[in-house]
Amino acid sequence: MSIVTVIDYGIGNLFSVRRSFEHCGFEVKLTDSPAGVLKAEFLVLPGVGAFRDGMQGLTQRNLVEPIREYARAGRPMLGICLGMQMLLDVSEEFGEHEGLGLIPGRVVPISQHGTHGEAHKIPHIGWNELVAPNVNSGFHDPIMNGVTAGSSAYFVHSFNAVPTGEEYRVADCYYDGIRIAATVRSNHTFGCQFHPEKSGSIGLSIIRNILNSHLW
Amino acid sequence: MANVRIIGRMDIKGPNLIKGIRLEGLRVIGDPRVIAKKYYEAGIDELIYIDIVASLYGRNSLADIVAHTAQEVFVPLTVGGGIRSVDDVMTLLRAGADKIAINTAVVRRPALITEVAQRFGSQCMVLSIEAKRKPGGGWEAYVENGREHTGLDAVEWAIRGTELGAGEILLTSVDQEGTRKGFDCELVNAISSVVPIPVVASGGMGTVKHMLDVMTKGKADAVAIADALHYDRIPLAEMRAAALDAGVHVRRP
Repeated sequence: MSIVTVIDYGIGNLFSVRRSFEHCGFEVKLTDSPAGVLKAEFLVLPGVGAFRDGMQGLTQRNLVEPIREYARAGRPMLGICLGMQMLLDVSEEFGEHEGLGLIPGRVVPISQHGTHGEAHKIPHIGWNELVAPNVNSGFHDPIMNGVTAGSSAYFVHSFNAVPTGEEYRVADCYYDGIRIAATVRSNHTFGCQFHPEKSGSIGLSIIRNILNSHLW
Repeated sequence: MANVRIIGRMDIKGPNLIKGIRLEGLRVIGDPRVIAKKYYEAGIDELIYIDIVASLYGRNSLADIVAHTAQEVFVPLTVGGGIRSVDDVMTLLRAGADKIAINTAVVRRPALITEVAQRFGSQCMVLSIEAKRKPGGGWEAYVENGREHTGLDAVEWAIRGTELGAGEILLTSVDQEGTRKGFDCELVNAISSVVPIPVVASGGMGTVKHMLDVMTKGKADAVAIADALHYDRIPLAEMRAAALDAGVHVRRP
C-alpha cells in the first residue's frame, strides 16, 4: 500500500498532514466525494475546530454513510485530533451532536480544573507524555512500536474523547491528573488526539506504524 | 499546567535569519532553513518565524522560506509579519504554517481575529503583542517592530483579543528584546494571569535563570528564545535540564 486518501471536507489545514505522510513514503490523494472514500486503500480524517462544523462538513458532502460503510467493512482508517473525536458516538461540544459511531464513547469538555482543584488553561496545548492505559506497563499495541512510554507528542484540544471500554485505549496522557485518550483503536479504525504530523520523530514513527498496520 | 514549551524564535529579513536589539540594529545570522532544521534535530518544541519587513509574496518571500522549512521540520510552526487578510493566512497555511501571528493588522481591524479564528480555528490565531513599559506604569501595545504607538493598554488588548477568538498570545517585550537582561516577568505575569489562553514570552533571555524566572514568576506557558540559540550561547539540552532541576515541567525528548 502506498496511497493514502485524506478527506478534504472544508475544515482546517491539510498541508502539514499531507507533507508528513509524503515524508514517510506514502502518496497522498485528497477526496471530498463518496466514491473517493469508498475507493480508498487507507482513509485519513484530519481536522481542527468545532465538532458540529466537522460533522456538518461531512454531511454536506454526503460522506457520513460512505465513511461508516468503509470502516465497518474492516478497512483501515485514521482520525486525527477532531477527526479522532468524530469517530465516537456523540459530542457535548456546543450542544449534543452525533458522531460517526465507529468507536463507542462520548466527547466531553476537559475540566477547567486539574484533579487537585488547580485551575489550568484550556485548550490543552503543548507536548505531553504518552503512557500505556495501564500506567505500569509498556505499550502493547504494535502501532506504538519504537515509541517508549513517556515519549511526548503535541496536543491542541479542548475536548476529551472518552471511549466506553479500556479495550479501545492504546495510549493515554494526563493533563493535571485528568486522563485523556491519546490514541484509540477499534479493529482497523485508529484515532490520534495529538498531532502525529507535528510530534517530531515520535509522531512520524506512529504514522508509519499506523499506515502500515493492515499489512501485518 | 501543561509542559512549558521552549520555542525557537527566528526573525526573518529577506532570505536571512537576523537578530536585533529592541527589534532594531539588525545582524545577519544565516539561512533560516538550515538553522530551523538544526533546531528541530536538537529537539526544539516549536518554531516561530517573524518576517520583520513583511514581504509575504514573491521569490525568497516568507511563504517560500516556510515551504522549504515545512518539508523537513515536523513540529508546530507559527508564522507572522505583514499578514493583513484571511487570504494571506491561507497562503502561509498552504506553505506549511500551523499558526499565524498577527499584530499590526488586528490592531487596525480587530475583527480580523474573529475571521481567522472562525475560518481556521482559534488554535491557528496567535495574537502578537509588542509591549513597552509606560512611564506611569503598565504597558502599551506597539506596532511596526516597537516603533509606533497604538494607545492600547497591553493587558486590556490581550483580554479583548482573547474574547475575539485568539488562541494564543505571543508577547514580546520591546524593552527587553535582544538585551540579554532577562524577560519582563511582570508583564508576562500580568497577562498570563488574566487570560485563559497560553502566553508565549519573548524577549530578553540572557541566562538560564532568566528562563526559569519567566516560567515561574512570569507564569509563561512557553518561552520564545532567539539570541541564546542563534549565537549558541546556551544549548537546548542545558535549558531543559535546568527547568527539570527547578521542578518546571518541560518536554523530555
